Amino acid sequence: MKIVKRAALYAVALFFMVLFGFPFVVTLIMSFKNQQEYMTGNYWGLPQKLYFGNFARVLEADFIIYFRNSIIVSICAVIIIILVASMAGYAFAKLKFAANRPLFLLFLVGMMIPVHTTLIPIYQLTRSFGLTNSLPGLIGPYISFGLPISVYIITNFFEEVPASVQESALIDGASPFRIYWNIMLPLSKPAISTVCIYCFLTCWNEFIYALTIISSNANKTLPLGIREFFGAETVNIPSVLTAILIGSLPVMLFYFFAQERVVNGLSAGAVKG
Amino acid sequence: MIRSKRKWSNRGTVLLFLLPALVIYGLYNVYGIIMTFYFSTLDWPGMGPYQKAAGVGLTNYFKLFSDKEFWHAASNNLLLVIVSVVVQLGLGMILALIINSKIKGIKLLRTIYFMPMLLSTVATGILWQLMLHPYNGLINNVLRALGIHNPPAWLGTESTVMFALLFVVCWQYTPQYMILLRAGMTGIPEEVYEAATIDGASKWQQFWSMTLPLLSGTLKTSAVLSIVGSLKYFDLFWIMTGGGPNGYSELMATYMYKKAFNQEQMGYASSVAGSMFLISMVVVFIFMRVTRRRDEGKGGRLNENC
Repeated sequence: MKIVKRAALYAVALFFMVLFGFPFVVTLIMSFKNQQEYMTGNYWGLPQKLYFGNFARVLEADFIIYFRNSIIVSICAVIIIILVASMAGYAFAKLKFAANRPLFLLFLVGMMIPVHTTLIPIYQLTRSFGLTNSLPGLIGPYISFGLPISVYIITNFFEEVPASVQESALIDGASPFRIYWNIMLPLSKPAISTVCIYCFLTCWNEFIYALTIISSNANKTLPLGIREFFGAETVNIPSVLTAILIGSLPVMLFYFFAQERVVNGLSAGAVKG
Repeated sequence: MIRSKRKWSNRGTVLLFLLPALVIYGLYNVYGIIMTFYFSTLDWPGMGPYQKAAGVGLTNYFKLFSDKEFWHAASNNLLLVIVSVVVQLGLGMILALIINSKIKGIKLLRTIYFMPMLLSTVATGILWQLMLHPYNGLINNVLRALGIHNPPAWLGTESTVMFALLFVVCWQYTPQYMILLRAGMTGIPEEVYEAATIDGASKWQQFWSMTLPLLSGTLKTSAVLSIVGSLKYFDLFWIMTGGGPNGYSELMATYMYKKAFNQEQMGYASSVAGSMFLISMVVVFIFMRVTRRRDEGKGGRLNENC
């Protein structure tokens, strides 16, 4: 009986491993396959001989530009989110003022609101700033959408820092800015790395706002770029899959090297609403 | 002494710390929500500035109320909510139990189960579009090999398109709930289970009477995330079918996008957005009310910090 149960558990585990894993294996195999080979009927089997032309083809397209844009947008957004959210978090956790809880709540509500609701006003706002089809036009909303969860995580973390730390710094005559910059920020590395990973991934993969705000090829981020590439090369399946592979590579590599951190970062969604 | 030093907690300092966050959040999120409702009362074609658009009161909402396409889209969203909550949380629980169990190769299993979360939706969409291709897609090739002669064109057929899309959505998001639930499980102390085992409770009993109630907080949060996410959902549907064929996979967000940016009806599209907001709030509110009553008197607060 025990053995049967055990076998069933392994069978289920294996089934899900195949279900979640096989598209990645297929992508990897396909990217080394010649278009000719694919067209002549070897759709999903192993390549007869390794072919590297797909990589050359993808990197020939505007891919490098998309890549660069995604990096600029994601990194700028993440840096600003961390600065802005940690400052707000410090105020919410350690400063006394009447509107503390109501304002904190205002940020929390942001986590439960369907952000797509704001698409049209943000498009109009970006247009009136003259920022449509530009990377800064994208960075603004990305910061704003990252704020609620970041403020929440960082505030919670700051609240755990014992009051005595701040009080002894005060006695030494430190200003609140010094306490924030020299004490609180260095202490909050775990919270900041969580926020970093969560926000970076969200920005890196964001689609609908990029679709709405960006129009020219020179400003497209990776998700738009991959889609563009798919549109242009629909029949060349191996190189489309290669594009997907290259586009996901940085995130995948980071995941394999820092799995624990990435998993923690993404369970940040588990916050109480 | 400390009390007097606290004086610097005055308005200026607070304001300086809060200002950047308030400005950005106010500019995009708060302004966005308010203006969506304002725009929804305009007859605004989207070309000119909204200041010149004529106010039409609630006309857009009345029109929306009798708009069959919108209701079809909303019903698709509702289906998405139900499937997401049931399947994603259900499977997420099973996966979390697997990676929380003591079988060999857990690290590998966990690594692979988690991978769909790292892929961008565009990549996921294209990948599955290729898999589900009617002629040379992997799925139909396998089905043909199994002796099914006329496998459906999954994404191109009215009767199968939602099924195919829901499958891909679940494929993409189940790992998220696995991670959340697993984080909740690690918050339950080992001794609880040891004591139960000594008392002779079977694994099954332990799951129903301990794990599940102790995870109720995490489950509730996950369900709210899943509900809000499903009601505003856009990406995969837009990438894989664009709402087609014949509007059979239309969602509120894809409908809104089409009205706003393909058909230049910004005012009307805003009323779709406004309705999306209101529907989300109502559904979440109902969900909170229903689950709150159940929670009371049960010790479901252990994983408060997860």
